Amino acid sequence: MTEADLRTVVIEREISHPPEKLWRALTQPHLIAEWLMRNDFAPVVGHHFKLSGDWGGVLDCEVLVVEPNETLSYSWNFDHDDAAYNLRSVVTFTLTPTQAGTHLRMEQSGFRPDQKQASGGAKFGWQKFFDNLDQLLART
Amino acid sequence: MATPPDMLFKTLGDPTRRAIFERLCREGEQTVGALTAHAGISQPAVSKHLGVLKQAGLVRDRPEGRQTHYSAQRAALAPLIDWTSQMAGFWESRFDDLEDLLKRMDQ
Repeated sequence: MTEADLRTVVIEREISHPPEKLWRALTQPHLIAEWLMRNDFAPVVGHHFKLSGDWGGVLDCEVLVVEPNETLSYSWNFDHDDAAYNLRSVVTFTLTPTQAGTHLRMEQSGFRPDQKQASGGAKFGWQKFFDNLDQLLART
Repeated sequence: MATPPDMLFKTLGDPTRRAIFERLCREGEQTVGALTAHAGISQPAVSKHLGVLKQAGLVRDRPEGRQTHYSAQRAALAPLIDWTSQMAGFWESRFDDLEDLLKRMDQ
């Protein structure tokens, strides 16, 4: 078992559309809203933006990498008064052109175990967050 | 055992502790002495790490005579595995919507 096994989610998918078009869907706010969440994204490194879920939850994000049509990375953080609900992660999309379109790879890694976090009395801190996501998904 | 994920991450965030846990996963039950031989740190330090792992539910100890044997409790990792599968499910459905969007963008 490696560190990566514990803390990383990788989703890969063959998309039958060219990278340029996929890039637009990943980086234009009105298009991001169509498949992910409402947002004030801008494809500029260092830009801070929010992803707003229908359930009222808001993710704090910062653009980390912008390599047009190839790589997009941003932080994906959820702050809560109760530290046990906090979420710290980084989402990276990698686009690779293929004959049929694009190979899309999404990697989300995080929760930095070295991060100072309240551990006392914490329940399944992130459970509520994901329950909310599930509810959102059920409605969409 | 229901150990909060953040406690698990904190516990496994220490590379030495993680190495001890991985060794127990790989090679089964071991004594503190056997673990110390590979850990590159003192026996009291290994014992201290084992105490933290035990508190997080990641190892179990079994006294036998003057020796204590430690074994890994993989089930304690369940909350972490739950997280990754939940997040994977989230992205899979987001990507379904993404593909629908891309189709609409054609028109």
